[in-house]
Amino acid sequence: MITEVRGRARILPDRVNTDYIISSSRKKESIDPSELKKWLLEGVNTDFAASVLPGDILVAGEAFGCGSAMEVAVTAVRAAGISAVVARSFARSYYRNAINNGLMPVECETSGMNENDDLVVRIDVCGVTVTNETAGTKVTARKIPSLVMKILEAGGLLPYLETHGRFVEDTR
Amino acid sequence: MTTGRTIAEKVLSAKSGANARIGDIVVCEPDLVLGTDGSTPMAIDLFERMGGRTVLNPERVLLARDHYAPAASDATRGFHARMEGFVSNHGVELLEVGDGISFLVALESGRVEPGDLVIGADSHTVTCGAVGAFATGVGSTDLAAAFLTGKVWLRVPETTRVILDGALREGVDAKDVALELVRNLGTDGASYAALEFVGPVSDTLSVECRTVLSNMCVESGAKAGLFPNSEWRSDEDARFAGEMYIDCSQLEPKVARPHEPENGVSVTELVGEPIDWFFLGTCTGGFAEDFRTALGILDAGGGIAPGVTVVVTPPTRRIRKTLEEDGTLTGLQRLGAIVTESGCGPCCGTSAPIPPPNSRVLSTASRNFKGRMGEPSADIYLASIRTCASAAISGRIVDPRTVA
Repeated sequence: MITEVRGRARILPDRVNTDYIISSSRKKESIDPSELKKWLLEGVNTDFAASVLPGDILVAGEAFGCGSAMEVAVTAVRAAGISAVVARSFARSYYRNAINNGLMPVECETSGMNENDDLVVRIDVCGVTVTNETAGTKVTARKIPSLVMKILEAGGLLPYLETHGRFVEDTR
Repeated sequence: MTTGRTIAEKVLSAKSGANARIGDIVVCEPDLVLGTDGSTPMAIDLFERMGGRTVLNPERVLLARDHYAPAASDATRGFHARMEGFVSNHGVELLEVGDGISFLVALESGRVEPGDLVIGADSHTVTCGAVGAFATGVGSTDLAAAFLTGKVWLRVPETTRVILDGALREGVDAKDVALELVRNLGTDGASYAALEFVGPVSDTLSVECRTVLSNMCVESGAKAGLFPNSEWRSDEDARFAGEMYIDCSQLEPKVARPHEPENGVSVTELVGEPIDWFFLGTCTGGFAEDFRTALGILDAGGGIAPGVTVVVTPPTRRIRKTLEEDGTLTGLQRLGAIVTESGCGPCCGTSAPIPPPNSRVLSTASRNFKGRMGEPSADIYLASIRTCASAAISGRIVDPRTVA
């Protein structure tokens, strides 16, 4: 299966923790992602939520999603219409929450990417790549293991389990 | 090719029935599944949307009302009501408001054994590594999937050994070691990896002190922070990703500056910095002995400085009861401290009180991100309870070794 996501790069700094993606104190009023997206990334830039467009691709530095494992930090990103996050590295809890919600976590070098660059993320049998059409460059990203890829292809663990009712245990 | 295995490989093999080697994705059966009022309401929705009718192993699930303790709004009361409805339908145990923090209650009630696999929808679930369990934080979808299937998917992590050598000097505590560890590794220095603590200091630390180190591993991105024992230990010929050496004899009390736990410096660099709001408690600074130490320091120093706020949150009901019985809580209150309900307290801005605008906070918590405690303009510093209590006497950071 080939998955391709095209979008505009939105550049974020290193070490964006989950509290900066969605503040813990915001989620005490509601955990509805369509509500929470109004406060998306306010810890980085209070204007971000107003400027985000469906189809944007987040481009971050190191340790994206570090700190709390709270899943609203992923569901709020999805609710804003974002389907891929490219980062130099992810916190593991963010990585797995992303997979489980069908948000593509793409781990690769991001230094050549700039705000508003046109990016194409592609996942196929050969691996994961990110093409920067604005800069005319292409980088290879960390491979996604097969069971994890099946969850991602299903659109997340919820649709995966709706279909299978259990983990399909072929883990090799 | 080596045949030896790490603790992580051993536990994940035992719980998956597969030969789990580093880098594999395995589907495991956890021994204990933890959820909080922060993460479980969403998991209940997802469980129902997955078509869930029965929780597969309800006796393995423990849910806590620790983040909103007590609930102070319609929304948070609603989260608690949702959990109450769920447990009455599924025979799952739900802790009362005030019982305490999920993973600490699990540990103190003896539910966690060496070699167990513990998952929890709380990133600080890693704390259970203190007794030799493989314990890791997951999200709400994982929690829902564990309710439905009794299982979780996990990648078998690399292991880095952390050698805690030497001996801790007077006035230097486990929290100082943890802040040194996070400073050394940085925010993502242990990403996807397990840390395994060895060496003379590791071997002699109390379980309470071990929890502080296991807990704060996650601030460097670690998946688990394990203390081995005679039964569950890595083979000598296991494949390790690396080794890190900390000479504890050289350590000084540390303070992490705003706004990252990795910003630890020697307390001597910050002596004299004014602090107006103190938080003593939550999951890395509040065992009974810690609060006794704090009271001893404050009493000897003449109490809490005028105009300074001190908030005390015993992390579990059991610890609170101990402190009630031995007079420690009364002693702290007599000096003017505000004692809150047991749980996560003000650490993540979900339970009152919240520090005022532009305040400077010194806290025993594990995170100091901007806005973490619910007030974006507050500057949060992290330290041991000894360092916090010593500073509360004057309202300025001091070297705790120079205080009584």
